[in-house]
Amino acid sequence: MNSNQSQCCCDGSVNQFDKLDEVLKKYQGVKGALIPVLQEAQHAYGYLSKEVLQNISKKMDIPISQIYGVVTFYSQFHLTPRGKSIIRVCQGTACHVRGAKTILNEIENQLNIKSGATTPDLKFTLETVACIGACGLAPVMMIDDDTHGRLTPEIIPKILAK
Amino acid sequence: MEHIRAHVLVCAGTGCVSAGSKKIEAALRDQIAKHGLDKEIKIVETGCHGLCEMGPLVIVYPEGVFYVRVQESDIVDIVEQHLYKGRVVERLLYTEHDTLEGIPSYKEIAFYKKQMRMVLANCGQIDPEQIDEYISVGGYEALGKALTTMKPEEVVDEVKKSGLRGRGGGGFPTGMKWGFARNAPGEKKYVVCNADEGDPGAFMDRSVLESDPHRVIEGMAVCGYAIGADEGYVYVRAEYPLAIKRLKNAIEQAEAIGLLGENIFGSGFNFRLKIKEGAGAFVCGEETALLASIEGKRGMPRPRPPFPAISGLWGKPTNINNVETFANIPQIITKGADWFASIGTERSKGTKVFALTGRINHTGLAEVPMGITMREIIYDIGGGIPDGKKFKAAQIGGPSGGCLPEQLLDLSVDYDSLIKVGAMMGSGGLVVMDETTCMVDLAKFFLSFTQEESCGKCTPCREGTKRMLEILTRITEGQGKEGDIELLETMARDIKTTALCGLGQTAPNPVLSTLQYFRDEYEAHIKEKRCPAGSCAGLLEYTITEECKGCGLCKKACPVEAISGEKKGLHEIDQDKCVKCAACFAKCPFKAIKKQ
Amino acid sequence: MKTIEDLKRLRDQVQSTTRMRHDSSRQIIVGMGTCGIAAGAREVMSTILDEIAKRKLDDVLVRQTGCIGMCEKEVLVDVVLAGQPRITYGNVTTADIPKIIADHVVNGRIVKELAIGKFVE
Repeated sequence: MNSNQSQCCCDGSVNQFDKLDEVLKKYQGVKGALIPVLQEAQHAYGYLSKEVLQNISKKMDIPISQIYGVVTFYSQFHLTPRGKSIIRVCQGTACHVRGAKTILNEIENQLNIKSGATTPDLKFTLETVACIGACGLAPVMMIDDDTHGRLTPEIIPKILAK
Repeated sequence: MEHIRAHVLVCAGTGCVSAGSKKIEAALRDQIAKHGLDKEIKIVETGCHGLCEMGPLVIVYPEGVFYVRVQESDIVDIVEQHLYKGRVVERLLYTEHDTLEGIPSYKEIAFYKKQMRMVLANCGQIDPEQIDEYISVGGYEALGKALTTMKPEEVVDEVKKSGLRGRGGGGFPTGMKWGFARNAPGEKKYVVCNADEGDPGAFMDRSVLESDPHRVIEGMAVCGYAIGADEGYVYVRAEYPLAIKRLKNAIEQAEAIGLLGENIFGSGFNFRLKIKEGAGAFVCGEETALLASIEGKRGMPRPRPPFPAISGLWGKPTNINNVETFANIPQIITKGADWFASIGTERSKGTKVFALTGRINHTGLAEVPMGITMREIIYDIGGGIPDGKKFKAAQIGGPSGGCLPEQLLDLSVDYDSLIKVGAMMGSGGLVVMDETTCMVDLAKFFLSFTQEESCGKCTPCREGTKRMLEILTRITEGQGKEGDIELLETMARDIKTTALCGLGQTAPNPVLSTLQYFRDEYEAHIKEKRCPAGSCAGLLEYTITEECKGCGLCKKACPVEAISGEKKGLHEIDQDKCVKCAACFAKCPFKAIKKQ
Repeated sequence: MKTIEDLKRLRDQVQSTTRMRHDSSRQIIVGMGTCGIAAGAREVMSTILDEIAKRKLDDVLVRQTGCIGMCEKEVLVDVVLAGQPRITYGNVTTADIPKIIADHVVNGRIVKELAIGKFVE
């Protein structure tokens, strides 16, 4: 709870775990609550820091090793800070057949990062996803919760500019 | 200007003036003044609208109502009815009498002609966020009928008799599954809906949840009654935020009017539903992994037996079906098992929803009776292959399925026929490929997917798919060796027989089926170092032809300085330096660079 | 809701209000599944709302529906006028909205070049 504090987005409030406590309270006594707790904690803090995980471990009485196991199993959870916007480029079959690779390359060039990385200004995190299920509009990508379809390398810069 | 609430435009073009628009304008002024509207309505003369044979024209804004062939005698109506009372004078509107002609009805549109929309009947018709709209088309009557007129065993028997088989992959008879869960000892039981639609290329479950969520809820409630469960979970993948939102909303609405909760329809039956959001793991589509994930653990499969029907969620008897399976239930209860069983083939009853994607003209969701041919789906419904390209293969069933070649286009689409030719129904993704898709690359694509998503619990899947992927990568990069094909076949068979769960056992299917039907492509890669589809970058050679004007753009674009040549002279690519990035190919304005 | 009769009563009641709505008003229905939204259904929806506000078309009901399955024709917009078949427009962009509203919704003239289908009962 020392060196990492500057990375935490807890805007200097008195207790940086306020939000977490709220989540934990909501799921008190609920069976199988670990994953939803982690999801909401990540939603609140942007990523799952060691401190957050330790806190969850203590309050839910689950060994941290087990929590770490769950966190690293699911692709949704992240142990490092992430960009403000998450770009997820679909690499599903339909998108693959319709040129998803060129889309990913174009975004990598535009943002100057590789898939899986975050821009130094913490604006964007670039990821690939197996299938968004908007195959009819392939190739597609998601920026946060918004899906963009019928992509071509030419319109990528326009979408990113927004 | 603020108090002007309407503008009346009178055409003062030559055509309309000669048809009498000046007189009309005068009459308008009179009538407007007579009704004391002259402070709020402004008359504007406009130029020609180009519709002179319909003149004189009068247009009323803000609405933009377009009156044609207006006579002086019509002005009273326009002012009294429209401007004063706000009612449009319909007889003066410009309508074409053959207006509906030339627009095909849905039954005539090729995409819908051969479809049989039962599960998707309400999709695109009702507002998914209003429970009333679902009820108005007969929603929740199946639940009502089951609860008030049928015993739980009778519901199970009805589903058995219908011949419904699981729509999520394996095709296990749904009624039998329900029977196991019903007969399993225990007070507490669960119903789980698998909405972790992870197969790339399949999106029917998302569509049903987004467009008709109550149908799934109703199917689950009927199941709960049949097996004796009072609690249910819907496990939805996190990549479907809209589906989650609409399902949440639907559950709340159903609870609010007592269609979920305590003592439903006064029958004493209680049923509650919860949503569990997935956290991004393909393997959670496997039922035992899914249950582990709901329990908050790593989503890893475990050996069966015991089957979830005996020991499922938190060790209790649990029935798991996927979204489309549950969505079939209400109609089986209302219209009867015999009606349902009259659709489809001997052993595959009802309809199946396919997600048509890839290199096909009409992408989308098509619901067809079982037993239809692949050709009908791809050509009649899907409209064939775009850009004059040739059909090469259809990938059916996702990463667990197989690729079917042209000679199998007339195959009947049902569970058993597909298994026989090395594919499977899977969840119903149907990705069409044309001649530009390399089948070795496709097999590699699927294997890298399963490799990435392998949970790592059992060795055949964790290590085996990795080795197979290495071999495939080698082949697509031009480093294939004699014996690679045989090695792939041996490994595929070993993984198939020894992997722990359904996902691992079916992971080699894309490789096996492409080997079975497109072996020549593998051989071309290995023996001739050639990619017949022209898609494997490592096997292509870029050369500059005589068309080159020597503009130098390619030289600038090349990241490794492999291109040389004088300004205005023929350029050349040094094949040893070339990294086949295709940057020059994209830049050349004269199409002088060939890849082959 | 306590009995199956309650359900049937609600169904009949909703059906009759739906029928009344169909007979007396004009409706615009936008397909708002993920595919539709990815193709721009949200922008189309807000343009429709702007356009009917601008034209003060208070009686026009704007509704949403799910996915009808014709993904490659998204965005899909349906227009229903009293007593007439529901008309589906395909590949609709925000630029098409003023024309669809002015010609079809206000003046009853189907925009043929955009219409892709009609529902016949």
